Amino acid sequence: MDLILEGIKKAFWLLITFDPEVMGITLLSLEVSGIATLISLLIGISAGVAVALSRFIGKRMVVSFINTGMGLPPVVVGLFVTLFLWRNGPLGFLGILYTPAAMVIAQTIIATPIVMGITLAAIQQLPQKLRLQILALGATRLQMVWILIKEAKLPLLAAVMAGFGGVISEVGASIMVGGNIKGYSRVLTTATVLETSRGNFDVAIALGIILLLLAYFVNLFLTQIQQRERPR
Amino acid sequence: MGEQTPILEIRNLEVNRGGAILLQVPSLSIQEGEIFSLIGPNGAGKTTLLQTLSHLLRPFQGELFFRGNRVETNHSVLGYRRKLAMVFQEPLLFDTTVLNNVASGLKIRGMKRDEIHDRAMEQLERFGIGHLNGRSAKTLSGGEAQRTSLARAFALRPEILLLDEPFSSLDPPTRDSLMEDLEHILQQTRTTTIFATHDRLEALRLSDRIAVMNNGTILQIGSPEEVTNHPVNELVASFMGVEAILTGKVIKRNGGTFIASVEGQEIEAVGDVPLGETVVLCIRPENVTLSIRSTREGTSARNVFPGKILKVISLGLYQKVQLDCGFPLVAYVTNHSLEELSLVEGKDVRASFKATAVMVMRKGE
Repeated sequence: MDLILEGIKKAFWLLITFDPEVMGITLLSLEVSGIATLISLLIGISAGVAVALSRFIGKRMVVSFINTGMGLPPVVVGLFVTLFLWRNGPLGFLGILYTPAAMVIAQTIIATPIVMGITLAAIQQLPQKLRLQILALGATRLQMVWILIKEAKLPLLAAVMAGFGGVISEVGASIMVGGNIKGYSRVLTTATVLETSRGNFDVAIALGIILLLLAYFVNLFLTQIQQRERPR
Repeated sequence: MGEQTPILEIRNLEVNRGGAILLQVPSLSIQEGEIFSLIGPNGAGKTTLLQTLSHLLRPFQGELFFRGNRVETNHSVLGYRRKLAMVFQEPLLFDTTVLNNVASGLKIRGMKRDEIHDRAMEQLERFGIGHLNGRSAKTLSGGEAQRTSLARAFALRPEILLLDEPFSSLDPPTRDSLMEDLEHILQQTRTTTIFATHDRLEALRLSDRIAVMNNGTILQIGSPEEVTNHPVNELVASFMGVEAILTGKVIKRNGGTFIASVEGQEIEAVGDVPLGETVVLCIRPENVTLSIRSTREGTSARNVFPGKILKVISLGLYQKVQLDCGFPLVAYVTNHSLEELSLVEGKDVRASFKATAVMVMRKGE
């Protein structure tokens, strides 16, 4: 029990004093996951809308594929990104293995199907004739897509939350492609794994608390928006 | 009426999907300022035609002309669509306030903000929902929502208004109230309107001309009086509420009238039909009079038949009486008459109708 209590005490100390290493790890986490989420939103929302609104042969298969992608195991993503970025791999010339850039790539690959899948469902559950009504009001196709996205803003906010939540807390891919290098590619999740294995519970607990708080506050913020927009 | 370019014209329109022909309209012209209804049962092609006219349903074969100019694919389609406004059976409002909904079409067209506000409020007042402008669209009743949808369409000051069964999902009192308001507004604005409905009474009430559709084709176009009293075939007749459709053979001719033998009875009608020809006779229930006298006295009608009441069906404000006069016949009577004459099932009555009330169609039309 002493172990745990000591750990918690020291963790608070690290947090209150804004320990530089802990802060650095936190900021990197936010940066990497933030960028990955943003890119996944760009790709995921546009692709999700495009698939939802188009009619083509094999659409059902594509939708299944996307839904499967939502449950993609991060370590598998990590494996494939590593293979591609490996020195002799197809993209080895980029030399970005074991860098934050590689982590952004891996996390984007994890988050994109999640965003795409939720967007697809969100657009498909809008009334079928709404598209026609918008076009009948004289909208261009682009205006129509924009209006549909606005109409689906509640589930799309859920997509943002799901996307960010999925990547801020993942560890497998981040360790594999990032290398967990101190002061460089070490993020909250990967650092927690390391410190726990070393028995540095104070640091591990501090990082764990931050991770929890981060996840909580980001979701609180997004939930507030979602609930505020909710039909009265 | 002089030679006026129709506001909308269709030539050789055809819509095929998966090998099936959904719509086939060789030609159709809509005049500016008229209210033109498309009526027909579900699946007749009314919605398909409306959506094709607004260039929402593609691809289609054929040509569309707006004020004499051909509407081409890609270029002027957006321009053409911006001259129209369409209201559907469901209100299809956006998740925002009533005012923003009514303004949405104007925003899409890039109008200036204050102009948008004024125009939107003008339409809200016109439809009697000005007081709802700040309310969320999700909290509206069915009637209020449909008024909002109509206000949104009128705010665009469309050159053609397309209505796809806009009253179908409303309850009767709401429907009547909204129809009355819409009728009034259409009279004021003289907006060319194309209106699809499966309710012939709605069409009869609002329209200048009616097109009766079935199975993707237009069976007849005419004024309400024409399609009601001069249906071109049995389908149109039955859709327009003719309850008695009888087949007979012409056995006598006398100037402008003839007598046809229908199931052993002789019915006189007006028309120039050769002897021996098979005809289809339609008698509207409103034109059949019932009495309990057994003789011909007291009626100037040529067609007088004794009959027995098979069934009396209440239609609320009046009664539908199904008779067997040797041939099936249907009459409408008021509740008062029903009581006065003690009309009950099994009772013997005398049914009469004028020769001029018999609508004649040649068999095979």
